Amino acid sequence: MRLTHLLGTAVVLALGASAAMAERGADGQLNIIYWQAPSTMNPFLSGGTKEVEAASMVLEPLASYDQDGNIVPRLVEQLPTVENGGVAADLTSITWKIKPGILWSDGTPFTANDAVFTWQYCTHPEGGCSQSSYFDGVTSVEAVDDLTVKVIFAEPKPYPYTAFAGSESPVLQAAQFADCLGAKAPECTDANFGPIGTGPFVVTDFKPNDVISLEANPNYREADKPAFGSVLFKGGGDAASAARSVLETGEFDYAWNLQIEPEILTQMEAAGKGSVVVSFQTSVERLHLNQTNADSGLSAEERSVYNDGNNPHPFLTDPEVGKALSMAIDRELLVEVGYGKTGQVTCNVLPAPELYASTANDGCKTQDLEGAKAVLDAAGWVPGGDGVREKDGVRLSVLYQTSTNSVRQGTQALIKQWWNELGVEVELRNIDASVFFGGDPASPDTFQKFYADIEMYTNNFSGADPEAYMANWRCSEIPGPGTQWQGSNIQRFCKPEYDALVDEMAKTADLATRGELAKAMNDMIIQEYSIIPLIHRGGTSAHANTLGGVKMTDWDSELWNIADWHRVE
Amino acid sequence: MFTYTLRRLAFAVPTLLIISFIIFVILDMAPNDPTASLPLTIPPEVRQQIRDALGLDQPMPIRYFKWCVQFFWNEPVNLIEQWTGWTIGDSESRLRVISWQTRSPVVDLIAERMPQTLWVVGMSYVVGILIAIPIGVISAYKQYSWFDQFGTLFSMAGFSVPTFFTGLLFIVIFSVNLQWFPSVYDTTHRVTDWDSFWFQVRQMIMPVMVLALFNASQISRFMRASMLDNLQQDYVRTARAKGLRERAVLLIHVLRNSMIPVVTVIALGVPQIFGGAIITEQIFRVNGLGQLLIVGIQSADIPLVQTLTFIFAVLIVLFNLVADVLYGILDPRIRYD
Amino acid sequence: MTDAVADTAIQETQHRSLWGDVWVQYRSHTGAMIGTVIFVAICLLVLLGPIFYDVDPNFTNVRDRNAPMSWAYPMGSDNLGRDMFAAILHGGRISLAVGLTAMLLSLFVGTFIGLLAGYFKWLDGPLMRLTDLFLALPLLPLLLVVVMLFRDVLRPIFGPELGIFLLIVFLIGITSWMQTARIVRGDVLALKEREFVLAARSIGTPPRRIIMRHLMPNILSPIMVSATLGVANAIITESALSFLGLGFPSDVPTWGRLLFDGKDFLTLTPARVIWPGLMISLTVLSVNFMGDGLRDALDPRIRGR
Repeated sequence: MRLTHLLGTAVVLALGASAAMAERGADGQLNIIYWQAPSTMNPFLSGGTKEVEAASMVLEPLASYDQDGNIVPRLVEQLPTVENGGVAADLTSITWKIKPGILWSDGTPFTANDAVFTWQYCTHPEGGCSQSSYFDGVTSVEAVDDLTVKVIFAEPKPYPYTAFAGSESPVLQAAQFADCLGAKAPECTDANFGPIGTGPFVVTDFKPNDVISLEANPNYREADKPAFGSVLFKGGGDAASAARSVLETGEFDYAWNLQIEPEILTQMEAAGKGSVVVSFQTSVERLHLNQTNADSGLSAEERSVYNDGNNPHPFLTDPEVGKALSMAIDRELLVEVGYGKTGQVTCNVLPAPELYASTANDGCKTQDLEGAKAVLDAAGWVPGGDGVREKDGVRLSVLYQTSTNSVRQGTQALIKQWWNELGVEVELRNIDASVFFGGDPASPDTFQKFYADIEMYTNNFSGADPEAYMANWRCSEIPGPGTQWQGSNIQRFCKPEYDALVDEMAKTADLATRGELAKAMNDMIIQEYSIIPLIHRGGTSAHANTLGGVKMTDWDSELWNIADWHRVE
Repeated sequence: MFTYTLRRLAFAVPTLLIISFIIFVILDMAPNDPTASLPLTIPPEVRQQIRDALGLDQPMPIRYFKWCVQFFWNEPVNLIEQWTGWTIGDSESRLRVISWQTRSPVVDLIAERMPQTLWVVGMSYVVGILIAIPIGVISAYKQYSWFDQFGTLFSMAGFSVPTFFTGLLFIVIFSVNLQWFPSVYDTTHRVTDWDSFWFQVRQMIMPVMVLALFNASQISRFMRASMLDNLQQDYVRTARAKGLRERAVLLIHVLRNSMIPVVTVIALGVPQIFGGAIITEQIFRVNGLGQLLIVGIQSADIPLVQTLTFIFAVLIVLFNLVADVLYGILDPRIRYD
Repeated sequence: MTDAVADTAIQETQHRSLWGDVWVQYRSHTGAMIGTVIFVAICLLVLLGPIFYDVDPNFTNVRDRNAPMSWAYPMGSDNLGRDMFAAILHGGRISLAVGLTAMLLSLFVGTFIGLLAGYFKWLDGPLMRLTDLFLALPLLPLLLVVVMLFRDVLRPIFGPELGIFLLIVFLIGITSWMQTARIVRGDVLALKEREFVLAARSIGTPPRRIIMRHLMPNILSPIMVSATLGVANAIITESALSFLGLGFPSDVPTWGRLLFDGKDFLTLTPARVIWPGLMISLTVLSVNFMGDGLRDALDPRIRGR
């Protein structure tokens, strides 16, 4: 893996060199459109993807992820590993060596103290820092000298590249934010809207939720970059019109997050002004099958509450039912109709990186309606008078909910038809995303509360290490009224064997063994049919044909290498 | 009439206070949440910390009271300081109304959005009225003529086809195919000379026309109906019998007497200008007050939505009062005292 | 000769009643008759159409997606291969029902409040402040709250579809009456100072009778306009609600929703937006002409001519 890191770095450098014939600012203005507009330039105050990506043009982490999900050094000499002594042998600390000569955009030197300050800023108890989980398990961050940062962990950390790695954990300038700790953080409007960074661009004007104007950083560490002298970063509208402004009218050079029906995107691309780029990370569109009883007749203390397994779902805890539901789905068709090249069929909840991706469940890739019927027949679920299957007076009737989004409603319609054919009655419901993902304990419609039998959404994990992600499905993570419905084990899956695997992974450092453990956990969840994975979704963006150097990634900010972007004829 | 106006204004204060409280209760009860738009990779504990940092852990009446203090006292004081340069009390620690989403003062956000809102939405309203009144008058005067029938068709289509569709149609025709106008409104554009003014006109045409079409359809229908009613009144016959010119009869007597419903509709519409035009602003990315409001609602930014809605409420109360005063001027028989 | 004339005159007076007169006048109004014919045709189409054209609007035939108009798909198909004609027929039932009931509700509430506020001075203040309040309420959060509070209460009582139908009609009606109320009040304020109202009042006519017999007929035109605009408004608002996930489930087509879902396909399959847009416009147009005719028919000055 280390070799690939080095190779990756070499390639980046080589490409950078070849593109760097022009001087800084020679290529004029770059127009970027994000149909959701950033509300601040401080990614610690708002952790939304749009804010993090906008900020990544200005603020930089010590290390980034490249387009293949490999971690590569950015502001440091080399990536710390156990072999080169950067990571302590007992895995309790990591030491980053900052490249000498890096300046902030105001001309002052970038030092280890800035990293220490960033840690203090984000872990302040009153600050409400969105990215504080990057400092989980960090007991302290120390400046050994001006160019050496040492991050110390409470326990051995097999994957130490959390703090200061990736665009969600960048470094702030201590001098600028010194008076903005804790409760004072929101009052520093000027700093939050125009942070001083080490990145290729500097904010000249920030209009929240509307437009950002930036210009090239005069103190950027590579003298001939960035090729663009200024950036106009516009927000607002919807995905289809953002795509249109790049692909059809050519008013913009780059558009982000274009989840639109594939035929529309193909038609726009045919206009010949730009092209669509896709990158796959770990996002999986999946169905969660409620393992607890969500009957609307139950009281608030019982409905969708786990109660130590005493409130099971009438039929979704039966793996045979889940298996049949999964077999009835034609994932190829879902991809073709709703996603095109921006989606791939998957049978795993953990589809990448390759090291962690299981191949044990690939049977799901082809639809088998007859087989699904046979599975239900064998399990004793037989069609009743109205065609809906039943057993012991229990009817296979489900309420299937998701957030409002035209592609999701299309998927719902197709799946409903297949399940109806199978003899399952389906009622559809869609809920506005601000409510569905909102987590308000008073609302019956949040995905955590799960007042439905089946729900569909996409989840992923940041970075390249799945340990925290797989720990989502521990028994202790089940949401319930006792925890204000907070918890990540949405489908209420509970198996002691699974929890044991999670504990083992936390103690394992060897990469190959971690891979095996992750695969085993993935297979356990999939084969119990508490989650039915559908589609491995990619990040989708479009850039004008006159824009070169775009290396689309979904592992980090899409703008991670904006310093290398340039105009081509 | 003057005492009536004063009485109404005095009455408006408690009314607006009650309205602001009801708005706050609704916003507080609404099930959307400020952390909903964050990626799911951010864990629940962190979300809770974010909510606490926003002050959501405090009970509702306290948060309402804080907003009242910030909006009714701190903001005006701050404004006076800005205008006069004085320092009143401890201006460093005086809390302004801070938006949860952008963490910046709400009033500044609103001020920043004002120009494009007034340019586009305001202009569309003016254009709408200028189109609607002649159409309404002529349609009524020549009832069931080809002009009237065409006007009816035009306004019904204008009203029943929603702006999300007309806007898109305009973009496909004029931006994609003909390449005449930009499809994205540039809010950073400054008018300094003729060229930049021409650019401003070009980028305003499509959103203004989409909205004006919608507004004109509505107003022209009320204008026509009211004109028709008045054209059959006895005073019209009298005026004609007196030998007044037809133009005078129509434009002085009938039009004036027909204005009451039109004034009502326009007065109801003016606050809407400041409410922005959510859909049209989204389509053309004008990013005015309407977009600010909808983004605020989607991200459950209670201070922002509360402030915007409240300003909106003030304008509604104010313009309805203006309409009532205008009734008295248009028809002196109307008396309130 | 004179006898014959007198005869017919007597006969006419014998047969003439108020509503008979209105009907005669209404029938002589060309626009109203065209409007009525179109409206009845649309109603029959959406009510009886699904019986003769029994294609399931939710059946997805993915091989035939984005089909142009043809015999197999009279209005083409959408991007999942669902038949647009079937969706238009089924969607029309809901759109018409929502549009008309919500319009009637808002018209009734608006006219009632407007009349009371305009006629009775002591009610003017409170009722108009109530109107101000409703105008100021933030619509979207209000809808979220109401749906959250009442959807699950209505679902077991009326079933998922009727429950949501009642909720939507109520919501649209209750949030769109204010304009009508303000307009009606404005007109009543002016009318009640006219001589004929003074005359009626001076002979001791009770307020209820003055309102119903003297004021109502004179404010019919703005009410009719409000009604027309109300239908369009309700149909479009319903689509916005469904889009936000506050309305009908996604497998229940409505015209507004079809138009909204189809908008991005404008250049690919124009039929997807043309037909729902046309149906909404035709409905609104026909209601408008019917309103025109009804107003003329109910106006004694015109009827007499």
